[in-house]
Amino acid sequence: MEAIRPIRRDIPYAAKPKRRLSAGMVLMYIFLIGFAIICIIPFYLMLIYSSHSNADIASSFIFLPGKDLWANYSNMAAKINIWRGFMNSFFIAGSTTVLSLYIGALTAYGFAKFRFKGNKQLFFALLATMMVPGQLALIGVYRLFSTFGLLDSYAAIILPAAANAFNVFFIKQFIDGSIPDEIIESSRVDGAGEFRTFNQIILPILGPAVSALGIFTFIGSWNNFLGPLVLFFSQSKYPLPVLVALVQGYYGMDYGLLYLGVAISIVPIIIVFAVFSKQIIGGVAIGAVKG
Amino acid sequence: MFAKSIRKDHYGYFFIAPFFIIFLLFGLYPILYSLYISFTNWDGIRTPEFVGLGNYIAVFHDPIFYKTFLNTLFIWGVSVIPQLTVSLVLAFILNEKFVKGRNIFRAVYFFPHIVTAASLGLLVSLIFDWQSGGLNHFLVESGIIHDPINWKNNAWFMRLIVSSILFFQYFGYSMIIYLAGLQGIDPSLTEAAEIDGATKKHIFLHITVPMLKPIILFQVITSIIGGMQIFDQPFTLTNGTGAPDRASMTSIMYLYNVAFQSTRFGYGAAIAFCLFIIIILFSVLSFVLTNRKKA
Repeated sequence: MEAIRPIRRDIPYAAKPKRRLSAGMVLMYIFLIGFAIICIIPFYLMLIYSSHSNADIASSFIFLPGKDLWANYSNMAAKINIWRGFMNSFFIAGSTTVLSLYIGALTAYGFAKFRFKGNKQLFFALLATMMVPGQLALIGVYRLFSTFGLLDSYAAIILPAAANAFNVFFIKQFIDGSIPDEIIESSRVDGAGEFRTFNQIILPILGPAVSALGIFTFIGSWNNFLGPLVLFFSQSKYPLPVLVALVQGYYGMDYGLLYLGVAISIVPIIIVFAVFSKQIIGGVAIGAVKG
Repeated sequence: MFAKSIRKDHYGYFFIAPFFIIFLLFGLYPILYSLYISFTNWDGIRTPEFVGLGNYIAVFHDPIFYKTFLNTLFIWGVSVIPQLTVSLVLAFILNEKFVKGRNIFRAVYFFPHIVTAASLGLLVSLIFDWQSGGLNHFLVESGIIHDPINWKNNAWFMRLIVSSILFFQYFGYSMIIYLAGLQGIDPSLTEAAEIDGATKKHIFLHITVPMLKPIILFQVITSIIGGMQIFDQPFTLTNGTGAPDRASMTSIMYLYNVAFQSTRFGYGAAIAFCLFIIIILFSVLSFVLTNRKKA
């Protein structure tokens, strides 16, 4: 680079390509900002419209906040228990995350640090399960849980999600890269059992990697729609996405309420993303490259 | 010391056991059970009645299966082509150090990907509503159209809307994956090309795209697997109907209707396995096509 600059200065028309470049730059920023606006507008409208009455929404285009947010909320509260849905989503996503991360870490550690027979083959089989679409198991899962009388229970959603192959893969990459065998050896020399070594020494080291993955698992579970739609029957068990879809079926003309319901299911994700966007995007990138 | 650590290796089975027990119980067993159900008629209550290949033969003669499959293919194709190209251009731009606000653009583009798909479908349904939707109000009030358009009554509009939602949700995700791939390209390659006088366009076409080929293939295959499973967005967009006249009904919506609305579980399972076979065929096909070009 250093070698080029003095040569460029000698060119008499050096300023010209620079100006042409800046026209290109303007176009480029218009392109970038245009896409950014497309990404934001639906969510902006969602927030604005949830603060207007049905009459306002039905009559004209709105782009400024209104005064009917509370009226929409009390209308909603009279018809459905949205916070129950919120807590259901929170409980399901939370338990799924904790369980699938702990089992993921156990499995990843087992594959990374123990050279047992069939290690490679079993790990390959585990990776292959990622390619199988979830709908294939849906009818079988339905039958299985109906046999056990576990349909319409949180377990029907949480248990199958506990074996998450992607989480195993992701954590194994981290262990391979940053946990040397010496740590485990020295713990063994100190007389710690294998599971104690895992829980007290390995797990704390995995913390940062696992927390990034945790955000991702949580959002994935929060957004899950088809599973709960099929396996839950009682409204009191519905997580937010299913509850919101149900509201659409019952109160399709109640626009303010619908916008507010959508907003309540999306705003938590906006908040989580605002705080953790770096970790979330970084996690996607790492997962993709390693894959 | 060495002998001791060798003896510990069988402990590995204890560590991986919980995962495989859960997977066998709630992953593999249900899949095999679905396969068994696909050879039976089962209403969800009585004992399944064995019908051999009957369900599969019925799927092959089912015009709705073909219609919903073609819907899915169309919706997927129209969304995936701009998704994989626009995101590549955006990744190329946002990989340049001189672009201001790169991280903000990345975050904003990625955000729609993590939004609840079912809620987004409903949101779009509200915005595109005939009488009360924000879009029609905006278009009428700004004088672009005279009368509100009944978007939801038009088969092609509805398919395109679903495609647009998918594009909206996935272009930022594709961009992040491309960006990760771009980090892996040796910067001395592009620097050498720049010194030789190559323009950005040349670098993009002759260095970036060929170097990213494995990642493009990865994205095509994952998008096939994902694309055949489109469900949440068209479901809430149309309140589960796939209206008008099943024009925006996808294969999985049809599977859901057959199995869980009409309680024809055997037929639903057969549809699921037909789709799985189609996904495998498409994945193999795209893999072969991309590798042949290389040779």
